[in-house]
Amino acid sequence: MAAQPRPSQLFRNLNAKIASIPMVLTALVVFVGGTVWTVVYSFTDSRLLPRLRFVGLEQYERLWSTERWLVSIENLAIYGILSLIFSLVIGFILAALLDQKIRFEDTFRTILLYPFALSFIVTGLVWQWILNPEFGVQSVVRGLGFDSFVFDPLYNADIVIYGLLIAGLWQGTGLVMCLMLAGLRGIDEDIWKAARVDGIPMWKTYLFVVIPMMRPVFITTLVIITSGIVKLYDLVVAQTGGGPGIASEVPAKYVYDFMFRAQNLGQGFAASTMMLLSVAIIVVPWAYLEFGGKRRV
Amino acid sequence: MKFRSLGAAVASAAAVSAGAGWAVDLEVTHWWTSGGEAAAVAELAKAFDATGNTWVDGAIAGSGSTARPIMISRITGGDPMAATQFNHGRQAQELVEAGLMRDLSDVAEADNWLEVVNPPSLLESCTLDGAIYCVPINIHSWQWLWLSNKAFEDAGVPVPATWDEFVAAAPALEAAGKIPLAMGKQPWQAGGAFNVMILALGGTDLYNTIFVDKDAEAARGPEMAAIWAAADQARQMAARSNVQDWNEATNLVITDQAGGQIMGDWAQGEFQVAGEVADQDYTCLPGLGMNAVLGTAGDAFYFPLIEDEEISAAQAELARVMLAPETQVAFNLKKGSLPVRGDVDLSAANDCMQKGLDIVSSGAVVTSTDQLITPDTNTQLEDLLSQFFSDMSLTPADAQERWAAIIEDAD
Repeated sequence: MAAQPRPSQLFRNLNAKIASIPMVLTALVVFVGGTVWTVVYSFTDSRLLPRLRFVGLEQYERLWSTERWLVSIENLAIYGILSLIFSLVIGFILAALLDQKIRFEDTFRTILLYPFALSFIVTGLVWQWILNPEFGVQSVVRGLGFDSFVFDPLYNADIVIYGLLIAGLWQGTGLVMCLMLAGLRGIDEDIWKAARVDGIPMWKTYLFVVIPMMRPVFITTLVIITSGIVKLYDLVVAQTGGGPGIASEVPAKYVYDFMFRAQNLGQGFAASTMMLLSVAIIVVPWAYLEFGGKRRV
Repeated sequence: MKFRSLGAAVASAAAVSAGAGWAVDLEVTHWWTSGGEAAAVAELAKAFDATGNTWVDGAIAGSGSTARPIMISRITGGDPMAATQFNHGRQAQELVEAGLMRDLSDVAEADNWLEVVNPPSLLESCTLDGAIYCVPINIHSWQWLWLSNKAFEDAGVPVPATWDEFVAAAPALEAAGKIPLAMGKQPWQAGGAFNVMILALGGTDLYNTIFVDKDAEAARGPEMAAIWAAADQARQMAARSNVQDWNEATNLVITDQAGGQIMGDWAQGEFQVAGEVADQDYTCLPGLGMNAVLGTAGDAFYFPLIEDEEISAAQAELARVMLAPETQVAFNLKKGSLPVRGDVDLSAANDCMQKGLDIVSSGAVVTSTDQLITPDTNTQLEDLLSQFFSDMSLTPADAQERWAAIIEDAD
């Protein structure tokens, strides 16, 4: 290998390279090009129509002094962290329970996965009614005789984000459970036998043996949940409309509202650039650790 | 588009010999999809079809904020419709500036629009550099307080005639288990109600200082502080109003669960549909009973520029039809709005509409906020007011300071 001149890297596997040119171009023009275009125009004062009149960092200064944007970021952080933790934990526990070779497993799996078949719009509307104090949970409990019972998350600015979280978890955990269940089924039966022979309690086997073995499944799930969190939009629109007041606004809704309702493209672009940046800050180090590490091994 | 109009031209070639002129299909987009609105649009279509052309209806469901992005992207994307609705004001300003709209000055001059359209400010907001780019078609005003007579009867207090009396009656309404003020939770409703309070409680001068001159000093001043104090009362009166949409809030008034609602004259349609009678079942107070001045918001039609003689001629025809006295009457009676010309007979209108007509014809009008501030500024103001109405920990003084900062930056 060392003695021979290396064949040019460029012409190796030429057919495959030619075949992938359309996809490469699409990626460059649509994804990279569109992203660059958005970032460039976020430094302009574009209103309804994009125009190249640069105003420096003005859009960003306004963005970060806007209360609504700050509330949006805070909401996304709360929703994101809690939704990540709870959907993983609940999803895994449900999967572990279903994995105990119970009867009617298919039925339970269908029931638990069913909410995922509904769109966020439907989910949002359903939970808007369930959490409505006059028709939903509160009125049912009061009807049972607890007259002072109060449960109105969608009308209380301090806890409205948890109302969204409940609906989001209801919709999303079924899928997480299915992914986890698939991962659990991939664990060799012999591992369990070995653990049993050694007298390790079941919860310890799950925690210290099975979960580490399920790392790829966890990573897939993590990516799916996180991307769902960042683009959180339709659930909010359907369930609360961002209210009460601005208490349940999220960044994606800010971007849409400023681009189209307020006809201020520059401001919308600045907000979407910040979203891109925050995703990059999370994803780049992770991708480096995940994929960059392997090359060194 | 080209192909379709060519087809229409060929098809109509046979009709030419009969001397009927060139029949053209015009696609018209709008967001009028509710029952009453659709009936009103049908009047426009009927009038236009009577000229020998064809109205191709392009209704977009889901209110203006859904429809406008679609319309704008079609116009900027090179697939323009022949005519489209916008609220008159600054929503289409940039499209006009970019030269994407047809200049209607020829029609306007021939039909003497400058004389006919009342109030003149409607036509002014269609004008750029002396050329006219849109047809105002109706007037909607925001400045109304709708009261349920029965709710006040139940509370044992007389039906108020002014905002102050209404505020004074609030404790009695509360005691009778009523919500004093119904208000939907969507931002535009809080924002709109607040603008109404500026005009009704602060007076026309204050309104103009704020929205025409964008005077930040006045926005921080004591007169505005009084408005904020009133808004503070209003949010407490509306604290138990747990509905989202404006018509759900109107429904609280109709079913006598709430005392009143600040809402535009489109609310009247809801009372009519519910079979309520003005002055008997409900009372309407223009200008909240304090300052009977109306803002003249409303709808207008714009005609995208299309390089085609026939279409252009048909667009002129449509513009002419929309402003014709018969169309104005037929359309506005169905829509529940006021006509844009003072010389038509609307004796069929009900009491509340008559009150509105009297005010508009007496000239007690101001230019609407849609015409004075950009959608950008409007969105910021709405967000703030929506927060103010739902978050009791935001003090009037803090809110006023933030509000003034937005006015200061407005253009």
